[in-house]
Amino acid sequence: MKSATGLTGSGSRDWFIQRVSAVVLAVYTVVVFGWILLNGGFNFEQWYGFMMTLPMKILSLLAVLSLVAHAWIGMWQVFTDYVTTRQMGPSASGLRLVLTSAVIIAVFAYAIWAIQIFWAN
Amino acid sequence: MKSNRPVNLSMGQVLSVNLKSPVAIASILHRLSGVIVFLLVPVLLWLLDKSLSSPEGFAEVQEIFNGFFVRFIVWVFVAGLIYHFIAGVKHLLADLGVAEELQSGRVAATIALVLSAIGILAAFVWIVL
Repeated sequence: MKSATGLTGSGSRDWFIQRVSAVVLAVYTVVVFGWILLNGGFNFEQWYGFMMTLPMKILSLLAVLSLVAHAWIGMWQVFTDYVTTRQMGPSASGLRLVLTSAVIIAVFAYAIWAIQIFWAN
Repeated sequence: MKSNRPVNLSMGQVLSVNLKSPVAIASILHRLSGVIVFLLVPVLLWLLDKSLSSPEGFAEVQEIFNGFFVRFIVWVFVAGLIYHFIAGVKHLLADLGVAEELQSGRVAATIALVLSAIGILAAFVWIVL
């Protein structure tokens, strides 16, 4: 295993997951923002009636799980490019570990929050 | 193998080269927009949570949207998402072999920048104003 902090420890697998999750997130973006654009001035009943149908609850969960993977891999890429000993000196490795850990904790918190919104009631 | 290439280029040198290239600009903005969207997800989750909690919560979100600051933050999120979406489509197309050559890549990057600028401006008019 080359990297302990990437999502899968495999560059090609991270590459693949980044693209699958991108497509899911793109579809979700089009569906939700498309609905909002087509239903200007919507009220609570319309909004709730759209978002809380089973297909939308499933799509929302798929999207947030994709976000976990996508943000983890993406932020890892950014940190490994810019928070490096070459750019910042010896403190970079420790800082990168802290930053990557914070991202991982954050994306799981996002997921738990989203699950609570869509599946707790 | 030890390489003796210079790696500590000054920021001025990096910028002067990269700011002339639509491909480089499109690339760094793809990263920047991804980071912005990632950081602002909690704001959107908060609004989503409130708006779906009850009719009262929905009305509260409508109240919140009367304030300029929240509308501006939501616009920043939407702007980041519009750019990241368009740059992402360009990236996936390049993975499929579309517009991955030097010239076609430059054209694709320019189109992505122009399309997102239009979308981000429209979002500003729609959300903030």
